[in-house]
Amino acid sequence: MIADPILEVEGLRTVFFTAAGLVRAVEDVSFTLRRGEVLAVVGESGCGKSITALSLMRLVPTPPGRIVAGTVKLAGRDLLAISEAEMRDVRGNAMSMIFQEPMTSLNPVLTIGDQIAETVRLHRKVTRAQAWDRAVEMLRLVRIPEPAQRAREYPHQLSGGMRQRAMIAIALACDPQVLIADEPTTALDVTIQAQILDLILQLQRETGTSVLLITHDLGVVAETAQRVVVMYAGRKIEEATVEDLFEFPLHPYTNGLLGSIPHLAAISGAVAERLQEIPGMVPALSNLPAGCAFAARCARADDKCNDVPPLVELRPDHIVACWHAGATP
Amino acid sequence: MTAYLVRRVGLMLLTLLGISIIIFVLLRLVPGNMVDILFDSAGMVDPAEKTRIAAELGLDKSIPEQYLVWISGLLHGDLGFSYVSEKSALREILPRIPVTARLALSAIAFAVLLGVPFGVISAVRQNSAIDYGLRVISLAGLSMPSFWLGLMVLMGFAALTGTLPVYTEAPKTTLDAVLLVAVPAMTVGFRSSALIMRLTRSAMLEVLRQDYVRTARAKGAGAGRVNFHHALRNALLPVITVIGLETAFLIGGLIVTETVFNIPGLARFLVESIRNRDYPIVQNLVMLTAFIVVMINFLVDLLYAALDPRVRLGA
Repeated sequence: MIADPILEVEGLRTVFFTAAGLVRAVEDVSFTLRRGEVLAVVGESGCGKSITALSLMRLVPTPPGRIVAGTVKLAGRDLLAISEAEMRDVRGNAMSMIFQEPMTSLNPVLTIGDQIAETVRLHRKVTRAQAWDRAVEMLRLVRIPEPAQRAREYPHQLSGGMRQRAMIAIALACDPQVLIADEPTTALDVTIQAQILDLILQLQRETGTSVLLITHDLGVVAETAQRVVVMYAGRKIEEATVEDLFEFPLHPYTNGLLGSIPHLAAISGAVAERLQEIPGMVPALSNLPAGCAFAARCARADDKCNDVPPLVELRPDHIVACWHAGATP
Repeated sequence: MTAYLVRRVGLMLLTLLGISIIIFVLLRLVPGNMVDILFDSAGMVDPAEKTRIAAELGLDKSIPEQYLVWISGLLHGDLGFSYVSEKSALREILPRIPVTARLALSAIAFAVLLGVPFGVISAVRQNSAIDYGLRVISLAGLSMPSFWLGLMVLMGFAALTGTLPVYTEAPKTTLDAVLLVAVPAMTVGFRSSALIMRLTRSAMLEVLRQDYVRTARAKGAGAGRVNFHHALRNALLPVITVIGLETAFLIGGLIVTETVFNIPGLARFLVESIRNRDYPIVQNLVMLTAFIVVMINFLVDLLYAALDPRVRLGA
């Protein structure tokens, strides 16, 4: 059974007006997050995945950025059509976000407890004491030992992993329907990464929150998500269930990404395998080629690729934007 | 924290001791003492009389001896006598303190209350017309010396209202009383407000780019809460240091302003006393100023610790 959609993004287009010209950071991106699902958005740095996340929260720095087209429907309500005051009521409440850098994402002069309680007080009619109790409860929920004492501490007294737990506590304090996690483990030590991912997944199951996970790490995708959207140069180029994507990558870029993951067997020398790399560089978003943005790096490219390929469903629940999808290079 | 306080207070006392020696020696290196001035202006020439007066004022002793007399008096609350009025130095200084304190506090309050909010506005509305306007005004504020600005303000007043906001007699109405403090306070505080504004602006711009400001927005906090509760609290840290330094600078500015506006305060009194080589008054006034500046720096450090848990708890 397929659950109802909770977040429907349709034709999202975000641009930046810069000295170097118009930067099309997010170009006609559409996807749907279903209730209780973990959907991963994957791509290299600069592919527009973080700007997509910020666009959903309407937190794109304006100027220079601007969302110029599209709809973002949260439980059927278009967030791009409501007022800023109404949007403030959504942020941190119905939809919240955690960021990549736990070291700098918390305010250094406020206690952890204050920062969690603030979210509660912004969105719920509670007393100061009730908000504080909720903050301590949230710290317990994110498995921080001695939560009552930790709540009175400042960010600099906590480790990176602890701070990211505190960020998660802030984000989940008002039981959001959607949690956007933008590279939540990238800045952490490998051992802590797994703990934080586990925590997000456990809390996702406990609270029923839907999670949009932004990452560049296909290993993280494989462990956490049910479905995955691959982005390249501001566009969605492939979307599939995780199993189908890993087994039958259709886009040559996805293929390249999968080939660039080191396998333990190969590292230990048991299997003779060279790590593949994708030749060339991600094109500058201010100066994109007319057709398929990947064509310059693609072994399958031909004249056809001078036109932007449409997204087509080549396998059940698996769509791709490539004129030569699935062909052997 | 206690160890820190003890060390800090010890350092303060040492600073004050050093300052007292420097003032004392410098003052006596200036050619001509009170006796010379008395004799020059009165046209007296009897050398025996001159020696007698010098001995009476204690000026015949060696400089270290004179210093010890002064310091031990100071520690006992005896500041000596003014050579000019022959009244106790304490009685000369005390009544002038409220006049100058009122002016200085008004000037600082004016500088902070104007500088900080406009700095925030300028940063939040970066590159808007209001930002450019404020930056031009603050640049002007930094470029104009307060004595020139004071004269311009007086001339402006004279031209527009036909009156001068200058002490000539006791103010008759409340408005007069307020104007008599407010106009010189603004004149002397304008420079500081300009500096504080520019610093607040740049600190805010820096802080507004920080990730935790984005976190605050992502929580659903409104612009006011984001700018003041989250951003300004962090941006204020460097600003407070400058407010402390500026206060010391402002005391220097008072000397000129009190002279221009004819205010019977400490700063003008100090200038007169220097001219008269009225050693006890000068020494004690400069000591008082040094004490105030040292205390302000101490307060700034305490405030810093109060505002920044990383300083308070050790990062």
